[in-house]
Amino acid sequence: NYPLYIRSIPTENELKFHYTVHTSLDVVEEKISAVGKALVDQRELYLGLLYPTEDYKVYGYVTNSKVKFVIVVDSSNTALRDNEIRSMFRKLHNSYTDVMCNPFYNPGDPIQSKAFDNMVSAMMVQVC
Amino acid sequence: MEQGPGTVSGGGFISLSENEQRCYSDLYTLCQADSSGKLAASKVGELFRASQLPADTLHQVTELCGAKRLGYFGTGQFYVALKLLAAAQSGFPVRLESIKSEMPLPRFVGMKNDAEVLRYPNHSQNTESQGYQLGKPPMTVARPSLDRDALKRTESLGDKQETRSPPPSPLRSPPNSPSSSSNQDRPLSYSYGKEWSSTEQLTGGETRHPAASEMSSYESKHLSRPLLQQEVSSPSNYGSKSSLTHSSVTRALSVERSAEEGSADYHDDPWRITEEQRDYYTMQFKSLQPDLNSLISGSVAKNFFTKSKLSIPELSHIWELSDVDCDGALTLLEFSAAFHLIVARKNGYSLPEKLPQTLQPGFLQRDAVSPKTKRDGTFLGSYSELVPSNQQQKEPAYSEWEVISELPRTPEPLIVFEDDSRTAPQETNTVESIQLPLSDKSTPKQEPRIDNSMSAFSPKRNPAFKDTSAEHTPLENTPAAKTDPPPELEHQVKSRTRQRSYSSTSIDDAMKKVEEPPAPPPRPQKTHSRASSLDLNKIFQQSSQGFKGGWLPPPAIPPRPLAAQILHFVSSTETTSAQKSVQKINFADFSKFSEEEENAAKNDAQGQLGKAAGSSEESSPLKDILPAQRPQKPSRRKCRPESQNLDSQETTLPLPPPSSSAPGTKPHLPVQKQSSRQKRAIQTAIRKNKEANAVLARLNSELQQQLKDAHLDRIALETQLEQLRPVSYL
Repeated sequence: NYPLYIRSIPTENELKFHYTVHTSLDVVEEKISAVGKALVDQRELYLGLLYPTEDYKVYGYVTNSKVKFVIVVDSSNTALRDNEIRSMFRKLHNSYTDVMCNPFYNPGDPIQSKAFDNMVSAMMVQVC
Repeated sequence: MEQGPGTVSGGGFISLSENEQRCYSDLYTLCQADSSGKLAASKVGELFRASQLPADTLHQVTELCGAKRLGYFGTGQFYVALKLLAAAQSGFPVRLESIKSEMPLPRFVGMKNDAEVLRYPNHSQNTESQGYQLGKPPMTVARPSLDRDALKRTESLGDKQETRSPPPSPLRSPPNSPSSSSNQDRPLSYSYGKEWSSTEQLTGGETRHPAASEMSSYESKHLSRPLLQQEVSSPSNYGSKSSLTHSSVTRALSVERSAEEGSADYHDDPWRITEEQRDYYTMQFKSLQPDLNSLISGSVAKNFFTKSKLSIPELSHIWELSDVDCDGALTLLEFSAAFHLIVARKNGYSLPEKLPQTLQPGFLQRDAVSPKTKRDGTFLGSYSELVPSNQQQKEPAYSEWEVISELPRTPEPLIVFEDDSRTAPQETNTVESIQLPLSDKSTPKQEPRIDNSMSAFSPKRNPAFKDTSAEHTPLENTPAAKTDPPPELEHQVKSRTRQRSYSSTSIDDAMKKVEEPPAPPPRPQKTHSRASSLDLNKIFQQSSQGFKGGWLPPPAIPPRPLAAQILHFVSSTETTSAQKSVQKINFADFSKFSEEEENAAKNDAQGQLGKAAGSSEESSPLKDILPAQRPQKPSRRKCRPESQNLDSQETTLPLPPPSSSAPGTKPHLPVQKQSSRQKRAIQTAIRKNKEANAVLARLNSELQQQLKDAHLDRIALETQLEQLRPVSYL
């Protein structure tokens, strides 16, 4: 359970985000194990206020191959609706499959695809 | 400026137009000529780099202008170099002849030069052809001296028509010689013929129009105009078709369009796939997947591209760029694009962020259709309607591949695949990989061959290659011993070449070498470990060619007792009549040894082999064998074969089982055999000691480094102590 890809914008206190993402993995696992059927459902891990001091929302998404996508957004940016999050996840998933299509990519390697990066950056810019 | 500096050492007189002179003098001052007339190499290098030509071209330019010979850039060399740069940028071969004709000013991007029009010249494909032609810059054209001033402007559009007729130029014959591959011969020679004929006619034309007044009107566009005119007039290295299409198109366009448009077509050239390249890619595709219409799966493509020895992230990136439909498989077009990207990357081009427009499947699809029709057409007018701008870009790049076939002859190291592939399998592959690229050649040579095989494009890694080639040489020479089965490898190579009939030999070679599995590593050890003196003979003779510096000095001590023994034996057997036969043998073997004998004799006269030293010169050869190895490494290699000869001759003699003692009573032969065996033992010991020596030397250097660091630390601490001391006193 190691991250294949992590990007954070704009505030670069990445460590916090990393930590958040890591802790949220537990929640995602919990949800996976709970739902015995269709695991491909886009899951939302809407945490609301995780801690009293930090307010950000963590969304999760799991693919068929148990690849988890976690998006952490600032709660102040409440303009983000559920649909937007879903579309973001869909884009992420598509980009990820494109990365996977690359025969030179070994599953489990950190993702170094520039196209993937560009897509993620574009997404984040759009959000922030 | 003066005409003097324009003189080329190659024996031609290069005159500069006033505009050129102005520019060149500006550039000259820019390059900070010092009092002696030499230019600051750094500035010159900067200027050259600003010309945006590949490093290979720059090297050629430097060579041609004589700077390399002189070691610096004098005024003359500088001017010639500038002219060559201009030639290169306008698509001329970098040769002395090409700068005889009028040239546009070289363009330098990033240099503060007002006279230049800073454009984006990236005539990379020209450089390959230039590199090809650079291989032999003969003065094939007995060109009349031209009125240069008139040339530039008065190459009016009207003059160009007559150049297109295909005159059989007698000048073609020398240029024909370098062309090796049969495919290239015709187009190349023809292009040459066209070039010279066209330029000649042009020059004839210009003499007819010496009116400089027309020039002044074009002054503003002179830079662009000559470019076009040059393109038109001298379709030098391009295939004949391209030249024609070029000229016709540019002729038609030059009136209306600016030169930027014309030159802009060149800009995409690194990313354009030429006909030949396309064919090559198609053949590769077929080799992977017989059906041209279907896809190459990802894993197959991965294996194939991995052979190119690019890093995985780069390959991954290339894949992403080329697999536009993201289906995990490559169509022919995608495959071609990917292959092209790999090739470009190998040549030093950095990968683009997104797929260049010329590599996209839609574009490639379009191009795949039209060039084939173009090919069959004739020259003169038939193309003018056919030719879209991109086609003429295809053809110029065609030369790139022609060059590839030519370059094996040139000493310019330019390899693509082989560069990297040589580094990696160098330790393992050795001769096979080295010999593979030269599959077309029948004779396996060592280094020159490798250099020759370094054909292909004009990589910026030319300097890098030179470095690696320096590293390679010692490596190569250790595996030089593995030339033992050169015929066998040749056979393999030839069989492989037979399997593929590509027009581009270097790429073939590159790919073949790329696909060659690593040769069994033990091969060198095999040859070394073999006790047969004959093998060692061959090895040493072969390795002695370039490997001088690689051998470590053998430890002095071990051979001495042995040598002493041998000499003892020898001296003891001096009295025997058989010794004379040995002497004779020795003389026969060591006849070339006389100089080494003297040297070694001087060295060892005071050696512990004193008693042998007192002996006659019969023993000295034997003595010289071993100690001479120590003082003189080059002579050692001769010594060894000699000793091997001695051994072999000794072994040929019927030898009773020798005993390691009792010298005097034994006949001469067991002594010889024993000495030969001892020599062999000595040699193995020498080898081992050399290795140990290398290890110890490395260790030594590391320890010394540590010692230095410790010293520095100590000094630092002492200074700190000094600083603190007064404080404590207070």
